[in-house]
Formats: sequence, C-alpha cells, structure tokens
Amino acid sequence: MPQPIQLKDHERDARLVRGRAIVGAIFVLLLTGVLIARLFYLQVIQYEHHSTLAENNRIHVQPLPPTRGLIYDRNGVIIADNRPSFSLTVSRERAGDWPAVLDTIVQVLELGEEDRALFEKRLRQGRRPFEPVPVLFELSEEQIARIAVNQFRLPGVEVVAQLVRHYPEGEHFAHSVGYVGRINEQELKKLDPVDYSGTHHIGKTGAEKFYEDVLHGQVGYEEVETNARGRVLRVLKHTDPVPGKDITLYLDLKLQQAAETALAGRRGAVIAIEPATGGVLAMVSQPSFNPNLFVTGIGFRDYSALRDSIDRPLYNRVLRGLYPPGSTVKPQVALAGLDAGVVNSASRVFDPGYYQLPGNSHKYRNWNRSGDGWVDLNLALARSNDTYFYDLALKLGIDRLHNYMSAFGLGTPVSLDLSEEATGLMPSREWKRINRRQGWFPGETVITGIGQGYMLVTPLQLAQATALVANRGKWVRPRLLKDADGMSPEQLMAAHLLEERETPPDIVAKNPHYWDQVTRGMIEVVHGARGTAHKVGLGSPYLIAGKSGTAQVVAIRQGEKYDRSKVRERHRDHALFVAFAPANDPKIAVAVMVENGESGSGVAGPVAKQVLDAWLLDEHGRLKPEFAPPQTAEVPSEQ
Amino acid sequence: MSSNFDRVLSSDDVLRRRSTLLQRLHIDGPLLLLLTTLGVVGLFVLWSAGGKHWGLLFKQATSFGIGLTAMIAIAQIEPRFMARWAPLAYAGGVLLLLAVEFVGYTAMGATRWINIPGVIRFQPSEFMKLIMPMTIAWYLSARSLPPSLKHLAIALALIGVPFALILKQPDLGTAMLILVSGAFVLFIAGLRWLWIIGAAAAAVPVAVGMWYFVLHDYQKQRIHTFLDPESDPLGTGWNIIQSKAAIGSGGVFGKGWLLGTQSHLDFLPESHTDFIIAVLSEEFGLVGVCLLLLVYLLVVARGLVITAQAQTLFGKLLAGSITLTFFIYVFINIGMVSGLLPVVGVPLPFISYGGTSLVTLMSGFGILMSIHTHRKWIAQV
Repeated sequence: MPQPIQLKDHERDARLVRGRAIVGAIFVLLLTGVLIARLFYLQVIQYEHHSTLAENNRIHVQPLPPTRGLIYDRNGVIIADNRPSFSLTVSRERAGDWPAVLDTIVQVLELGEEDRALFEKRLRQGRRPFEPVPVLFELSEEQIARIAVNQFRLPGVEVVAQLVRHYPEGEHFAHSVGYVGRINEQELKKLDPVDYSGTHHIGKTGAEKFYEDVLHGQVGYEEVETNARGRVLRVLKHTDPVPGKDITLYLDLKLQQAAETALAGRRGAVIAIEPATGGVLAMVSQPSFNPNLFVTGIGFRDYSALRDSIDRPLYNRVLRGLYPPGSTVKPQVALAGLDAGVVNSASRVFDPGYYQLPGNSHKYRNWNRSGDGWVDLNLALARSNDTYFYDLALKLGIDRLHNYMSAFGLGTPVSLDLSEEATGLMPSREWKRINRRQGWFPGETVITGIGQGYMLVTPLQLAQATALVANRGKWVRPRLLKDADGMSPEQLMAAHLLEERETPPDIVAKNPHYWDQVTRGMIEVVHGARGTAHKVGLGSPYLIAGKSGTAQVVAIRQGEKYDRSKVRERHRDHALFVAFAPANDPKIAVAVMVENGESGSGVAGPVAKQVLDAWLLDEHGRLKPEFAPPQTAEVPSEQ
Repeated sequence: MSSNFDRVLSSDDVLRRRSTLLQRLHIDGPLLLLLTTLGVVGLFVLWSAGGKHWGLLFKQATSFGIGLTAMIAIAQIEPRFMARWAPLAYAGGVLLLLAVEFVGYTAMGATRWINIPGVIRFQPSEFMKLIMPMTIAWYLSARSLPPSLKHLAIALALIGVPFALILKQPDLGTAMLILVSGAFVLFIAGLRWLWIIGAAAAAVPVAVGMWYFVLHDYQKQRIHTFLDPESDPLGTGWNIIQSKAAIGSGGVFGKGWLLGTQSHLDFLPESHTDFIIAVLSEEFGLVGVCLLLLVYLLVVARGLVITAQAQTLFGKLLAGSITLTFFIYVFINIGMVSGLLPVVGVPLPFISYGGTSLVTLMSGFGILMSIHTHRKWIAQV
C-alpha cells in the first residue's frame, strides 16, 4: 500500500516531469523554427540564386592540381620540369552521347581505331561527375585548329593547357629519377581521392615514385558557375593549390654522362657513391630508354618494342640486376677473416693452383691454374688468389661469413630512397634448410669465400659494401635526395613525410688497423706490380683502392676450362670492378658491371677508372683542389 | 448491491467495456497513423531519390514491415518488465561493445560490427540506442527527484562507458545520439537548471584549452573541416554545396515529384540515404518540408502527451527521452543537409533508406506504446 508521503512524492515527480515536458515541447518548437527559417532562407530568399545555379547553370567545384616539384641535379641542372602542353578533354556528362563524340574526334583528327580504344579506356576511368578527362596529350597546332573548327559538333570537348612532366635529359636519368605516368586503377584505390582529384599523373618509378608525396603538393579548388555547355561563367570561390617541393639530388649530370661514355655502348651498370654522405653521384643502367615516352601514355607498339628488346632497356641493372659478386667481395671476406682472428696480415697459405677439402678429391681451382705459391693477405687481394680465400672461408665457417657479409649490406636492401631495390641473397644454413631442404656443405662455404655459389648481389650492394670499406665500417645508406626545400631525407622521415628506413649498425672492427690492411690490399690490386688491375692504375695522379671480379653466367663443369670461343656472347661472364679513391681520403666509391664483359680488370676496371677520373680530376688531368690530399699521396708502407 | 459494486470495479469488466481492438493489441492509434504516414511518404521520396529502383523500394518496404512487427511485439512487453531487465540489458550491451572492441568486424575503417560468419552481423551500438535511456530511467526512477549530485555522477558514468566505447569505434554520430538519449532522461527527471547552465558554461573553457594546448595541428584541421565542411569542397563540402543548391532551387512549391534536377543528375551523393531531405525539398518545396515537419511535430506531441500521462516515473522518463531523441534525429539531419550543422552520419527518421535505423526507431515507438497501453485500471477512473 502506498504511504501518504510517497503519494505526495509521486505527485511532485509528475509535476516536475510535466514541467520538463513543456520545456521540451518549447525547445522542439524553437528548433523546428530554426529549421524552417533556414529552409525559408534557402528556398525563398536565396531561391533566385539557387534556382539559376540549378536550372540554367551548374556550379562545379573544379580541382586545381598543384604544380609538381622540379628535380635538379647537384649543380642545379634541371632533370625533371613541367612543360605546358595542350590536351584534349572530354566530359562524359556534357558530351551526352559520348561514344558518338569520340567517333567524331577520331574522324576529325584522322586517328585510328587503336587511339579510339585508348580514349574510351581513359574516359571510363573518369571519377567525378562532369569532370573533364584528358584523352589526348600534346596536341599540335593543326589538331587544335581542327578541333576549334568542329567545336559545334563536339559538345563537352575542350582543349586545355596543362603542365606535363618533361625530362630534358631524356635517357640519362630514366633508371634513377624514373618517370611519372597516368594514375591507374590500383593506384587510384590507394590515393587520397581529394588530394589527387585534379592530378592525372603519379610517380611510377625511381625518385619520382619514392618522393611522390613530397613532389605532389596539395590540391586547390575553384568553385565556378558554368553554363549548360560547360563554359565557365563566373568564379565563385578560389583557393590556390600548394605546389610540390622542388628536390635536389646528389646526381651529377657530367659524371652520369662520363660513366655512360665509359661504358661505350656495352650493356652494364655503373654506380658511384660519395662515401661520407651516401649520395648517389651517378647511376647508369645501359641500355636506357626515354622516360618522356611514358608520361603521356606510351603506345602499345613502342612499349612492346622496349619490353621485348633482348637488351632489356627497362631493366634496372643497378637495383634489380642480381649477380654472383665473384672476387669483388674478397676485401669484405678479408676483413671478416681478420676481425674473427682466423688470419692475420702475416699468415700465409701455399697455393698449388687449387684447393682441396681434407679427405675429398674435389679440386677447387684458383683462376691461375699454375698457382701463386706462398700468399699472404696482401698478395691474396692483389692477385685475387682464390686458394687463400677458400682456406679463409672454411676457417671462418658459413655462420660467421654470413653475419659479416650481411653487415656489409650484401643480401639486404641497402638504399635509403631507391624504390624497387632487389634484396639479393647472402646464403646461410637456415636459408638453405628452408629453401633447399638440405643441410649446408663445407664445399659451399669454400666457394662462398670467393663470391660464388648461391650468393647474389646487386651492383648497388657492391658499391655500398665498397663504400663501407672506404668509410671504415661507418654506415650511411645510399640516397638520391640531397635536399627538398632545405630538408634532408632523414628530416623528411622524422616529419613523417616518408616511410622511415633504419640505418644498419656500423661495422666495428676489433682493431681499426684491419681496415688499413684491407685497403692496402685493394691498393695493391691497382698499383702493385702483380696486381690484377695494375694496368688501370698506370699514371694515376691519385691512389685507387680497387678489386676486380667476374660473375659466371653459365656454370662450368668440373675439369672443364672456360673457353670464350665456345661460349655464345650472351653466355660469357659478366665483368665486375669495384673501387674507391683517393684511397687515403675516399671521395667516391664505384661499382661497375659490364654484361658479358668477361674480364673484370680488363673491361670493367678501365670503366671505373674513367668514372673516378671524371669525378676527381680537372680538365688538365690534375686532382681537383677540393680533393687534393692533405699530404702527398704515397702507398702506405708495410709495417 | 455490494456484489454489484464488486462486479463494476473488477478490472476485467472495465477493460472489456473500454477496450477496442487496438487497445487490446497495446497499440496507440494516433502514433500508428502518424508513423505509417511517415513510412508511406518515405517510400514516395525514395522512389524518386533512388532513381525509380524497385529493389530499393521493396527492401525499404520490407524493413518497414519488420519495424512494424518489432514495434507491436515490443508494445506487448510490460514497462515493469523492461525496468526489471534494464540493468541486465545494459551490462549485456556494454559487454557486446567490449567484444566489438576486441574481436569486432571492421568495414570502411570502423569497427562497429560483431560478425558470426554465416549466422548474423549486427551493431551492438544500435541496441544501445534503446538500452541507454531505459537504464538511466530505471536508475533515476528509484531515486528521489530532482537527481542529487551523487545520482547525477552515477548516471553520467553509466552514459559515459558506452559513449566512450562507441566513440572509439569510431562512430561519432551514434555516440552523440546515445549521449543525448541519456542526457534527455536527466533533463526530464528535472536536472537543476543551474547545473545544466553550469555544465554548458564549463564546456567552453575546456574546449578552448584543448584547442590551444592538447590538439595537434592535423586534429585541428580535421575539426575545422568538420565544423566548416565548405572549406573542403572536394570532400564533404561537395555534398553540402550540392544539397544546398538542390534545396534552394526547390523554392516554395517545389519542382514536383520525380522532377528534381539536381538529385537526378548525380550531383547529389548519398541522395537516398542521409541526404534524402534535399530531394524532398527540391521536389516538394518549402511547403512539402513544412508538412513533413508538421507530421514530425505531431509525433513528438503525441510522445510528450504519453510522457505526461505515463503512470510510473520510469515510464515518464523513458517516454520523454525517446520522444526528444527522435526529434534530435530530425533536427540534426535536416540541419546538416541544409548546411547549419556539421556533417555526421544521422539518417532522417522514416525517410532515409536503411533498414537498421528504421527497425530501431520503430522499436522505440513500441516502447512508447507499451508505456501508454499497459495502464492500471485504477488510474483511468
């Protein structure tokens, strides 16, 4: 039974709620009044305005694409700029029967069925309603005139001036700077639809791809009133786009050209790195191609010609070419041996021309069949003695060898800002167990010691491993970008404008003197009387530390001799050479790969020398003042 | 005489004499009429907005049927029963929201769903829209009114937990609506004006402080676009610019059914869901929108009458909150489409295409009907 006091309470509550319900009703009426006022404002007061916009005219938000940042080489030479170009655009909605309009365009411009198919494909990719989609680029004066004359037959078709990417240096930087191309379906899904609403091109490869976010900028827009035929009557609102940042690369046009000249039309790769900064000074992959072809959409025939060429011009040999490093990794293997304590500068091995594992008849040949006799580390590097390194590798074992070689970046992506870098392969027990389902054999350790077997590296990795010797183990990732509006790649990464790539730990030798011993061996290669590449060093005004190598293309059977006359040209060995100079104060590290060049010291060595000369010497053949050594150049004396 | 008196007062007899079929089914006639009107108007507008799409219309009509069934089913449940089970439902709802947080199904960048593959996929936050006012009403109805500071704090905590969980999904629109439905219970329960004004006044310096000291630039930018969508005309602003043009060009009498130009030219994105009022405004003009608003106001009025007449405090609080929240849906949706309010994903009740929101809304009205029709006979005398 309810008690009186509670009854009173209930009544009070009911009054309270009734009061609040009335307040609620007032509040509902007020807000409804606000809505009606707003609708009255839009539909009565602004009726004329909106009605005009809706009935006779249309309002459009036109995105204003930002201007893509320019790309310069280290001396301010333009590598990529934007050129005004006339394009033909079609707006599907304004065109009405757009397939018929396309037919008219093809007929007026006397184009073929292939072009029409391309137009249709481009038009189908249009995104925003009423958006004019460019279908044909780089119109000639005559084409513009023809369109103008036939304009009445072409509703929704316009000729517009656009900025289109242009690479004035053409083929020189196709493999490093890359190119931009039309945004494809897959890219469209990943892009910010707002920021790219006015942009038709995106970086596809190289620096253009890696620095896309930096180069692109921010979209602006314009709210315009257009008439039914799509002509802009009035700009209602305008916000400027923010142009992309200009970027400066470490690349040097002159060095790039010199390296290409040095290759003299042979297929191959050259990469030059400044050890202190990691800056990529030149990056050559020959043959190359004209990146301008890709910007506005390459024709099917041109593309298949490039793709199917036996010389593979689209193939980036510096980043994607995988080769057994051969003898070029001996300096790194030597450092591993010294640091692990399995050899020292005095320990010697007798080379009868081959090496045998204890209790095994298999002979691992030295390249010099007659043998080099007693060899120490210095001579082993100078002569590129295989027997010494077979022995060293076996003493070191694959586990330690794998760790040291990986620390040098072999078999790992090394660059800071080069896209599409191949990883390569530095084999280990674990790798073999997983991939070959087999244990590791000692014989495989032996041949890994001279860069053969499973090991595969890119020219970039070779250059970086060489730069690491020049840097005495200090890691700096190779990079293209020097500066983007005053920001280094590291600063861009810190500002989250780029994905971060950690720098691997420095290689710290137990005794820093080991670096000198390895460097001395590499100097002997070029300047020593018995050095494999002593011809390269003749008359050089500065000291070069180098190492030659050959990479087998086809395996030679045991006991068989490499006979060039029997081997077809494309199956001949690749010639390799790595070097840094001046050896006592390194300013440049180079890796050269000449496809089917056969001789590392004879073919790749001179190419490397020409690149070093181009960087270090002035026009009179003297060392440039900025590279002049602090003291007179001398071969460091034996201790 | 005495036996006769007994007979007159027996509840069975009173009900039999007074009850119509609708009352026996626990259905409120006026509400049913108004909601059916809204549903039919919605189908007409959808036919135009959806581009005369039979499939769309059929699906929406089916949803409306399911909603009606749910409404009638819920109307059979006694309010007492709802009050008893509210705390358990609340606990279950929060657990489901936690489950979403940990094992939820993600679509379009938000984790809102619980997915049992092949069986069912649902949004627990949708249940919370009804459980929330029920829980707060249950809690406050057992306390003395107006709520003391302590009871207010507990009620706010009860609101805060699901609010935070839904905000994290992220689903700002639903989180706000759930917050509002809880807050309306407090309001109906007579929360002191001084506190309401105080809270509003305190929010300003807190917001200003956050703006200057806590938020990052990119967050500020996001809030800026949120508050002023027209500053981002290639994104959200595009919708607003186009919907304003569509509404404005409708004028006083509109262009006529199926004759809207803006909405049919793909100018207007989302024209059949959140932005459907733009189609209605363009085709039926100011007169059409005002008539629609009138129907909405009648629904609200009926809801407030039910609130005032409810016999239990629980019923009053719950009915008041459901009614006012319903109006907030309408206000936010029309306000956002006409460019008064920021764009949050709130559909227009009964008109926007979408089954889930329709069923939830009608379930809410089922609760209102239950409150109104399960009456003790003594109070009617």
